[in-house]
Amino acid sequence: MVDRTQPVNRVAKSSGTGFSRHVLSAKLGWAVAIAVAAVILGALAAVAWRAESGRGLGPPDWAALRFTVIQASLSAVFSVLLAIPVARALARRRFAGRRVLIALLGAPFILPVIVAVLGLIEVFGRAGWVSAALVTLGLPPVQIYGLHGVVLAHVFFNLPLATRLILQGWQEVPGERFRLAAQLGITGWAMIRVIEWPMLARVVPGVITVIFAICLTSFAVALTLGGGPRATTIELAIYQAFRFDFDLGRAAMLSAVQLGLTVLAGGLALWLSRGDGFGSGLDRPVQRWDGSQRTAKLLDGGWISLAACFLLLPLLAIALAGLPGLMDLPAQVYRAAAISIAVASLSTALLLAMAIPMTAAITLGRGRFVELAGILGLAASPLVIGTGLFIVIRPWSNPLAWALPVTALVNAITVLPFALRILVPRARDVIQRQGKLALSLNITGWPFLRQILLPRMRAQIGFAAGLAAALSMGDLGVITLFANPDVATLPLQVYRLMGAYRMEAAAGAALLLLTLSFGVFWLLDRGGQRHAEA
Amino acid sequence: MLRLENCVIRNGAFTLRADLDVRPGARVAIIGPSGAGKSTLIEAIAGFLPVAEGRVIWSGMDITDIAPGMRPVAMLFQEDNLFPHLSVAQNVGLGVNPSLRLTTTEHEAVLAAIKRVGLENMDDRKPGELSGGQRSRAALARVLVQRKDLLLLDEPFAALGPALRMEMLDLVADLVEETGATLLMISHAPEDARRIAGHAIMVAEGMAHAPVETDRLLDNPPQVLRDYLG
Repeated sequence: MVDRTQPVNRVAKSSGTGFSRHVLSAKLGWAVAIAVAAVILGALAAVAWRAESGRGLGPPDWAALRFTVIQASLSAVFSVLLAIPVARALARRRFAGRRVLIALLGAPFILPVIVAVLGLIEVFGRAGWVSAALVTLGLPPVQIYGLHGVVLAHVFFNLPLATRLILQGWQEVPGERFRLAAQLGITGWAMIRVIEWPMLARVVPGVITVIFAICLTSFAVALTLGGGPRATTIELAIYQAFRFDFDLGRAAMLSAVQLGLTVLAGGLALWLSRGDGFGSGLDRPVQRWDGSQRTAKLLDGGWISLAACFLLLPLLAIALAGLPGLMDLPAQVYRAAAISIAVASLSTALLLAMAIPMTAAITLGRGRFVELAGILGLAASPLVIGTGLFIVIRPWSNPLAWALPVTALVNAITVLPFALRILVPRARDVIQRQGKLALSLNITGWPFLRQILLPRMRAQIGFAAGLAAALSMGDLGVITLFANPDVATLPLQVYRLMGAYRMEAAAGAALLLLTLSFGVFWLLDRGGQRHAEA
Repeated sequence: MLRLENCVIRNGAFTLRADLDVRPGARVAIIGPSGAGKSTLIEAIAGFLPVAEGRVIWSGMDITDIAPGMRPVAMLFQEDNLFPHLSVAQNVGLGVNPSLRLTTTEHEAVLAAIKRVGLENMDDRKPGELSGGQRSRAALARVLVQRKDLLLLDEPFAALGPALRMEMLDLVADLVEETGATLLMISHAPEDARRIAGHAIMVAEGMAHAPVETDRLLDNPPQVLRDYLG
């Protein structure tokens, strides 16, 4: 009941203009945001401090910079060029399995890079299926290592993303316009010029820059398929300066270059795209009246099949190559799997501990700084943050002893921007619809979090946790900087087996990794959706 | 007694003035044109909108700056009066204790309230499994266990059909009769006001007027209300 202690003649008012009642405090979110910003900015400061700028960039550094930009440009352009016909076909065709295929286009996001690379080697490698086919035709086998291999892997990962983004563009074209075009008898090239070209001109630049930015920071692909003086990215050069030369100054300077490049490309991407990578409602085909001729149908069918094959064959190859080895994997693979599960669990817990208070602060409308801290992780690549943390830890303790916690933390920071994108809209919705009711019942603070907000956000929390766990499970980044011979996560173990040319064991371990990544995602995502009332 | 003392309530660019008293135990309808500030008035009393000038006083106690949940106020909104992920019993239980840790006696009180509003044996259901009328009943059961002195209704039954709405209003009248609570309800339908509210506050042209007898106001409405009622 009411607190009756306040006398009626009390005049002083606690609030002037800042009257706002809130069910939650933004304080914890602020504290977390400050901690996140401190880790990222601290790591960057360490990088800046150790960077030996006086030395300048040597010829190998310039070569790395050039290669980074070239491979990212080629990857972005090829991904988008291929995605346009695929998205167009998906937009206007209905067929059994369309929904599954579109859902599958989201899968590369949680697919471990090392697994995909192994799959691509099985298909496109020197001893792969394509080469085998070529050899029977009397042609020379193809080679996957080098620039074209790096680009191939990047297209594999980003063609689905580009397709999703462009498909979204198609579905945002108002249906009335297609109806009007049909009414006016506009088909073929005229249709492209009147409706589709303007849409593409609006959407494609953003998609290209987003993929360009992603490919700039990609490390594991370059590690496995690149290398050598002619195919080294900056990220890979950082790693090599670290592991082979232990030249912290050079690693730090390269990190600074990488940071500048990422910020530049990221800013461009944010500016050019309205960026909505988790676009929903892609299930609905666009109602169109053109393209009913047989050639158009065949062409669309061809594009869809080609894309599906390109995406599914490497996974099939891994399954086929991995199954025989799965039964008798080396003991260290199982140990690595256990370590990976532990790292993924820790990373997921860290992510939720960061994302939920930050979501609350952002939702309460006091989160400008919190939001900024949330996307800071996009600016610095994981390897750069890792380099910085290595420099910070080294005076105090042996960095190698911190390999696993640091990996978990950096993974969590990497997923944080995506998690906030998933959580904040839902939290806004809950607080908007039920905040007043909760306030009027005096349900605030911890009870509000426990009784109302968290249960109402189950599905989103499950999805975010699933992403965090799967990404951390499959990550082959920071761990390579910190790892010592005794400790390996499963992706690192796969990489080591590859390096030792034990391809059968590598494929088996990769299949295990694939199962773990998708399994943990499925588990958490499904767990969140159970009992989740609308 | 509820007293709004020289109150100025700002809601964005809109300003509403109120200087009025409501007798304890009264049943008062709030009547006025759309957008005149009926919800603004009720939200200020509930504590969701700031009172820029003046004071809100209940039984001699200044509640102007008290948090909504600490006021002697129970409120039903236009929609979303129940949490969809909680059972009827949990929704009602939140009216007793926000952290839902109830003693045996409290739990019994919750079940009794659910029974009182006619939802016996439905305490395990989720709101999604209830009809519109049953959801309203569940929300009223929570009002019962909240045991607040003031009940504010922001048209919670507007989405129900006329017969069901009347049924709910009669139930509300019975409940406030039993508990002695003071009722303030926004009403768009004059017949609702006549049915259960003896008095009415007219809100129009930026002003909430002191309550007068509902029948007198509606039988001989001022021009601004006449335009609205048609």
